[in-house]
Formats: sequence, C-alpha cells, structure tokens
Amino acid sequence: MLRVEHVKKVYGEGTRRPFEAVADLSVTVSEHEFVSIVGPSGAGKTTLLKCIAGLLPQTSGAVYLDDEEVVGPPEKMALVFQDYSRSLYPWMTVEDNVAFPLKRRKLGKTAVRELIQDTLRSVGLGDAGAKYPWQLSGGMQQRVAIARALAYQPEILLMDEPFASVDAQTRADLEDLVLALRDRYGITILFVTHDIDEAVYLSDRVVVLTPSPTSVAEIVDIPLPRPRDQVETKELPDFARLRAYVWRSIKRPEQSATALA
Amino acid sequence: MMRTPTRGIRILGVGLEIAVPIGALALWAALTRDGSSFYFPPLLDIFRTFQETWLFAGMGTDVVPSLSRLLSGYAIAVVAGVVVGVALGSSHPLRRMVDPVVQFLRAIPPPVLIPAGILVLGVNSTMKVALIAFVCLWPILLNTIDGVGGVDPTLRETARSFQIPRRDRLFRVVLPSAAPQIFAGARVSLALAVIMMVVSEMVASTNGIGYFVLQSQRTYAITEMWSGILLLAILGYVLNALFLLVERRALRWHRGARTGSA
Repeated sequence: MLRVEHVKKVYGEGTRRPFEAVADLSVTVSEHEFVSIVGPSGAGKTTLLKCIAGLLPQTSGAVYLDDEEVVGPPEKMALVFQDYSRSLYPWMTVEDNVAFPLKRRKLGKTAVRELIQDTLRSVGLGDAGAKYPWQLSGGMQQRVAIARALAYQPEILLMDEPFASVDAQTRADLEDLVLALRDRYGITILFVTHDIDEAVYLSDRVVVLTPSPTSVAEIVDIPLPRPRDQVETKELPDFARLRAYVWRSIKRPEQSATALA
Repeated sequence: MMRTPTRGIRILGVGLEIAVPIGALALWAALTRDGSSFYFPPLLDIFRTFQETWLFAGMGTDVVPSLSRLLSGYAIAVVAGVVVGVALGSSHPLRRMVDPVVQFLRAIPPPVLIPAGILVLGVNSTMKVALIAFVCLWPILLNTIDGVGGVDPTLRETARSFQIPRRDRLFRVVLPSAAPQIFAGARVSLALAVIMMVVSEMVASTNGIGYFVLQSQRTYAITEMWSGILLLAILGYVLNALFLLVERRALRWHRGARTGSA
C-alpha cells in the first residue's frame, strides 16, 4: 500500500554545510498493517515522516501510496502530530476542529454532523464537541486530533510521536485506543516513536533506524498475539525478548547480530 | 484557573473604581469653586458649558466632522494594514526586503507630515483623513506582518496535510492566529488616530473639536476650551472602551487558551 523507495533528504543542498538527514531509506507498509519506526533521537524520524506525508520534498527517491507517487499531501492520508496543542486550532471548538478538513468534501450537513459525532464518540469524547481544545486535558486534546484524522477517513494514518507529551497512564489508554480504532476503521498505521516498548506493543513490524544520516538498520517482525493487552502482552517472554532485541539494535548495533540466535 | 479574589476584596475593588474618579472630580470642583482663577474656571461652569456647547449644538458642526475623519482614516489604515501585512508577512524574503522602508517611514514624527500634507492635498478633509490613515497604518502593518510571519509551523502544516484550500487557510488559520497581534497594533493606532485628528484640526481647519479648542483659547473662551478638552477625553475613553469590547469578543479563545487548563 505504501512504498518508500530510496528516499534521501539533504537540507541546505548546495550550501557550504549541507546536512544529510536521511541517507537512503526504503520501507513498505501493506494494507491494514501497523508499522512503527523507531530510532535514536535526532535520527531524522520527523523528516522522514514529512517526506512520506508530502509536506517536504525529498532530495531523491520516491514515495508511492497505492502505486501513485506522493508529490503533495495525499487525500487518503491523515496526520497526527506530536504537539497536539499546536496542531489543534484554539479558536475553533472541538467540533469545528474535526469538521474543518471536511469542508472541501461534498458531504451533506447531516452526514458531516453524524461523522463528527461518531468519531468523537469513538475516541471517548462524545460530549466535548462544543468545548474548546484548551479546555481539555492533554490526553483529551490528542484524542481530538485523532478524531479529526479519523473523520478525514484516510486509508493510512501517520502518527508522529503522538503520545510523547502525555503522562504514562494516559499514554497506555491512548495506545489501546489506537489499536481499537485501527480494528474498527480498518486503517493502516505508520507510527513514529522513540519509545521501544510502545513500538513493540503496538506493531506488526518495527523499523529500526540508524543514527543520522538515516537508513534502515533492520526490520523486526513482532509476532505477538492480538488483541494486545497492556498487562498480558507485556508479561509474555516474547515481548521481553523482542523489546530487548530492538533495544540492542538501536543502542548497541554491534551486539544485535547474535542476540536472537 | 485564574486566581479569584475573595468577595470582600472584589467589592472593595469595584468600590474604589467608582469612588476614586468621583473623589477626583469633587476635589477639582472644590478647588475651582470660587472662580478666582481665570484659567481654571469652576468645574460646574465647565459642565454647564459642555452641555450647552456639545449637547447637541456642536455635534453637527464639530463632533461629526471630527469623528467621521477619525473613523475613515482609521478604517483605511486597518484595511490597508491587514491586507498589505498579510501579503508581506506570508513571504520571508519580501518581509526582509521591505522592512527597512517600513521602519524608516514609521520613524517620521507624525505631526511633521502636516505641512507636506497641506502642500500636496490642501487644507481639506481629504488631507486629514490621509494623514490619520498614514499614521495609523504602521502599528497595524508591522503587527500584522509579525503575526502572520509567526503563525506556528505546526498549524500551517496541519492545514496543508488536510489540504485545506487557500481561502480557508487565510481566513480560518492565518488571520485568527495573527489576530491577537493585529488587535494590539490596532489599539495603538486608535490612540494615534485621536491625536492626529486633533493636531490636524489645530493646524488647518475651519471645524472640528481640535479647531474649537484652539479657537476658544485664542478668544479667551477658557470655559469652552476646557469643555472641548473634556469632550476629547470622553471620546478617547469611549473609543477605547468600544475597542476593548470588540477585542474581548473576537479574542475570547485567546484569553481562554492562555489562562485555561494546561
């Protein structure tokens, strides 16, 4: 469904000090798959995501969504940013925030209202429509951002460290929410995080990046059973093993080759 | 949550807000009561003259021309400042190119433009409106440029990723985001507009409140002069209060977002 082929991104090309953020990166995501991208901080994860989202032109290489080359933000893709407080519009109510991207779609008024109500309810905010984002807690604001992305009815959801700025309890709730929504809406998810536990817990596959200039260090399959559970999944020996494996791959690449043997 | 003062303190605050101005007026009235000073006539005389002069005899001849010049000049400045500001603020190279020019023009002390204005446009109303507009333009323009240039990149990217059309990006993302700064500039300009209205009427005019005050002073109509000054004070106060009212409504979200939950 999504193919990233030899994407390279150099900032300040042609200047005296160009910065190569992404060296050469290829990855594919199939339909309904949950793929996480993890890497050391400063590994160009956000840069990569912006290239995939069509917000930033790559220096070379190409991104294909359903065999169509991505040259601008695609209609079938929605983004959830890390910083919910800066990605929701504070002058719009929760409802208006969710409705804003839908204006261009030629949906009827009632259809839009139902869609908004439905998505808000699915993230547990059925009653918050008339409130402003800043009247909600951080976790609730991120739920609004997720509802907005879902209402856009994308085939693929790109999430850029979406839970990095909420507390641990909220984070676990939001992780499970995303898994539930993925089942309900049948969408594909590409999830960027620096949290290894989170990546292993959520994903079908984890893409481990090298430090900048970034390329794929390794792709790890996560054959943990679904549905996942914060307690049961995380006490599985396989979870610990995979978590340790990914950890080594990021922090001590020289050891990782032998770790799974 | 905002800190809520206790009930007692709040009542005291409101009480003082009312008592202090009344006290000041009473003091003024008491000090001028005997009419011994030629320059400071009794306050009650000023009030009486105020009523005779402005309610509502002088309305048509002086207040209406003054106010209409003020509001036309100000309106032109707001529209031009926001339109040009959005255009300049949206482009970083453009912003840097025009910045020296804007800073230079802004640095001209406004009253010095009156002789040039008279020369080019004559002593008519157009000159005064143009002058007010020119002076009021800069704070609005500069703040709009700043506000538009400072729109959070994440807000912009969110709009782009959802393919929000240009029109909506401008009216529902860029302008609301820059609105707090635009309003701050517009408020500064409003005070400037009142000053420029009065100054321009003092130099070249046959009507207007500024003209009336100067004319009264020249003819030793001291009480009339004070009544004109009083009128200007009231005018400035009311204009500012109206402005705040509009601002509060338009920027309700902004105050909420700053003081609201974290």
